[in-house]
Amino acid sequence: MAIGDIWVPDNHYFHHLATPLSHLSPLFFSLPPSLFCSQKTSLHSRLSYKKSLNIPFLVIFLDVMEPTLGLLGGIGAGGGGGRGGGGAGSAALSCDQTGLNVPNSEKDYMDISKESELELGLGLSLCSGGGGGVEAKGKGSAWSEYGRILTAKDFPNGFSAGSGRAAAGTKRAAADSVGSAEGGSPSTGVSQVVGWPPIRAYRMNTLVNQAKTSNTEDGEGVGRDEKKENSKKKINHGNDKNDSTIKERDHLGYVKVNMDGLPIGRKVDLKAHTSYETLAQTLEEMFFKHPSRKIRTGKEQSMQPFKLLDGSAEFVLTYEDKEGDWMLVGDVPWGMFLSTVKRLRIMKISEANGLAPKFHKRNEKQRARAI
Amino acid sequence: MAQSFPEDVLEHVFSFLNHDRDRNAVSLVCKSWYDIERLSRRRIFIGNCYAVSPEIVIRRFPDVRAVELKGKPHFADFNLVPEGWGGYVYPWVVSMAGAYPWLEEIKLKRMVVTDENLELISKSFKNFTVLVLLSCEGFTTDGLAYIAANCRNLRELDLGESEVEDLSGHWLSHFPDNCTSLVSLNISCLGSEVSFSALERLVARCPNLKTLRLNRAVPLEKLPNLLCRAPQLVELGTGAYSAEIQSDIFSNLSEAFLGCKQLKGLSGFWDVVPAYLPAMYSVCSQITSLNLSYATAQNPDLVQFVSQCGNLQRLWVLDYIEDVGLEALAAACKDLQELRVFPSDPYDAEGNVTLTEQGLVAVSEGCPKLQSVLYFCRQMSNAALVAIARNRPNMIRFRLCIIEPRAPDYLTLEPLDAGFGAIVENCKELLRLSMSGLLTDRVFEYIGTHAKKLEMLSIAFAGDSDLGLHHVLSGCESLRKLEIRDCPFGDKALLANATKLETMRSLWMSSCSVSFGACKLLGQKMPRLNVEVINERGPPDSGPEDCPVEKLYVYRTIAGPRVDMPGFVWTMDERVSSRFSRATEGHGD
Repeated sequence: MAIGDIWVPDNHYFHHLATPLSHLSPLFFSLPPSLFCSQKTSLHSRLSYKKSLNIPFLVIFLDVMEPTLGLLGGIGAGGGGGRGGGGAGSAALSCDQTGLNVPNSEKDYMDISKESELELGLGLSLCSGGGGGVEAKGKGSAWSEYGRILTAKDFPNGFSAGSGRAAAGTKRAAADSVGSAEGGSPSTGVSQVVGWPPIRAYRMNTLVNQAKTSNTEDGEGVGRDEKKENSKKKINHGNDKNDSTIKERDHLGYVKVNMDGLPIGRKVDLKAHTSYETLAQTLEEMFFKHPSRKIRTGKEQSMQPFKLLDGSAEFVLTYEDKEGDWMLVGDVPWGMFLSTVKRLRIMKISEANGLAPKFHKRNEKQRARAI
Repeated sequence: MAQSFPEDVLEHVFSFLNHDRDRNAVSLVCKSWYDIERLSRRRIFIGNCYAVSPEIVIRRFPDVRAVELKGKPHFADFNLVPEGWGGYVYPWVVSMAGAYPWLEEIKLKRMVVTDENLELISKSFKNFTVLVLLSCEGFTTDGLAYIAANCRNLRELDLGESEVEDLSGHWLSHFPDNCTSLVSLNISCLGSEVSFSALERLVARCPNLKTLRLNRAVPLEKLPNLLCRAPQLVELGTGAYSAEIQSDIFSNLSEAFLGCKQLKGLSGFWDVVPAYLPAMYSVCSQITSLNLSYATAQNPDLVQFVSQCGNLQRLWVLDYIEDVGLEALAAACKDLQELRVFPSDPYDAEGNVTLTEQGLVAVSEGCPKLQSVLYFCRQMSNAALVAIARNRPNMIRFRLCIIEPRAPDYLTLEPLDAGFGAIVENCKELLRLSMSGLLTDRVFEYIGTHAKKLEMLSIAFAGDSDLGLHHVLSGCESLRKLEIRDCPFGDKALLANATKLETMRSLWMSSCSVSFGACKLLGQKMPRLNVEVINERGPPDSGPEDCPVEKLYVYRTIAGPRVDMPGFVWTMDERVSSRFSRATEGHGD
């Protein structure tokens, strides 16, 4: 694949899809065809960008009708936690525990009209029917059938540095076989899962900040001098406001990210990334990934996401620098970006006037071509 | 008819009861005891600020002097709770400003505090002495200036690991010259430099100062100035522990530490230059609490320093200590009670240090008083966990984080069920447990069967089915807080154990398989629970009812649904059916 080496495509999500969404992909790319993702990996939300720094910005394409629309649509039978998965290994649930009268089959549970059957109360039994209904499924894969939010399971690449780590017979076996083919850097995977490993932001920022200042770890000689230099810089006695704001930003790797149309912002730890690619991927997960991608059982579910694709909006990633100007992300080398960025904003293309006139023109050209 | 003691006698007796549990028990005896107790209660602890309203608290306890409040769920520490979720201290401060003019202490954890709140605090309570803000956010150094300027008798100002917008360091200069009451000052989370001369004078005029935690900007060369003026310090947090290698700096430092005969706790150590560690040798044998978790020193410097501290009871350190360092620790520090080992490079899948399960096993063998563990590592085995469990049946807090999710026993490639099972089976007093690695429903069966004293359980990437959750909810009698992420737990176990949730403080489930329909049902049927769905990507009803919610937070409350929810939080109360139209009809907004 032409651009397969730009970032790691998440083939893992899509190998269950029946048909590639070929008729959709042109909508989402206003970059030259050579940069198109393969159809297999291009669902409605992707990030695409050029490897070199010629393209001055990072572009995020989105196919939702309204940014705030729940991207939860299209779970269907893939969703719902009602199925007690892992039928192979699960013991029969004893029927004398306090609980809820649960319908026998998973099908019943999904059916909303059966809601009245669900009752809370003491002394009701938790029937073993739920477990029995899913005995067909393998122990390891039952829950992965559910439509659900992206989790670590969906990052096959990051969690094992080499295929030697793959545990036999575990759920990750399939994931690893995909992951090891990529040979992606080991450090990208774990950092893409929100909140894992469970380390406080404060600690994370401090650690990363120190790693930046002390480049060489071993003591004596040149290394130590360098450390001295850096630590001197840190303990800046100057009253220069600029210096203190830089210090503050260094102190905190997390910057706020807001997306147009979404009422809430998120925070992303810039220090956990070493390139625009990983940052873009993380932002994609944060703002655009949704459970419909987890659809395993094909057919009817794959229709759902398309509803959201009409009137596709497109977004650009921008940032506010320390002078208060809004710039397109991707313009400057990563290190320089880190030292000037104050916060990020995923801006609607329509609002990005003046930021990238060239982009607009190209955009229209592509769209015309596609239709 | 029943003769009772006069009220003031009872009140005097109750004054010896400090623990909330005792006071709560006493208040249930009879109406008059309830009244005497409530009128005499001076300290209140509210573990979830939304479990009760300020009005209810004030009505019951009219004369409170110390308030402790917690806001956001624990997983907010790891960015799992979106910004704007809530936890505002504002309504509390406003109500208390009127009702408790004699309030002395406010301690907050994971709450949103603004500068206006701080100003109000500083002006409303004449006897205000203690302000502790742990992992809080929303305020700037301007707010701190109010506290410094207006709280005449301030004894304690602890900013914990709060996120403070650092406008400048000038706030510290707002402490008036006649302020001599400080006992504890923790500004370690601040980035800006404070005026050193103001700090020096402040330290010099506060003879009772016992705890001083500086921020990174305070240079090492200047530390002796402060230590000489406060030789009575018990806890010291250094600033950046680095300077050019100069013999006069070293000798000043050593001399200053020599004078600190009361020093028991050390922390700070950013940017540590190992050559300066020996400057503290004179106090090492006194030290009982050592936080080197920001110190990037490596062995042999690191282990050499730690081994000097023979009376250590608590050690927080980075994984640079490695197995060899932990073995030395096990040999040297027989009083060790708490160990926390943090990863120096959490995102690196391979790791660059030799820290394995062996280190923890060694400490569990060598330190008979070890009862509290937080350990990040990259490999674990059932054998090691079993050994730890057998060595330390007195374990109270056990938190293990294997960095790679779902990592199996690296020797046998099996799940770690047996290992954690041994922990809960042997450690009968276990209060807190965090698990990681490859875990099936079986481990939850062990937990439900054995962990009868367990109060807090954290689960991630574990389990196979609802049975797992069911074991926990039905078996753990003492469970108060349960937090779950990325587990295949769905509706059944949750609904089946709905009444259990009323006995707990809170339940957090994110990236699980709980359906919106189940949340609605739970909310409708359990009026004393707040069932809150967090869906950032849109209303939870935009899919079918069996669609899983992103995040679920359930907590017991007597205050009803909260009124300060942001747009991405939906509460499932009785009215929820009318608010949400059925998926088939399409959603209103």
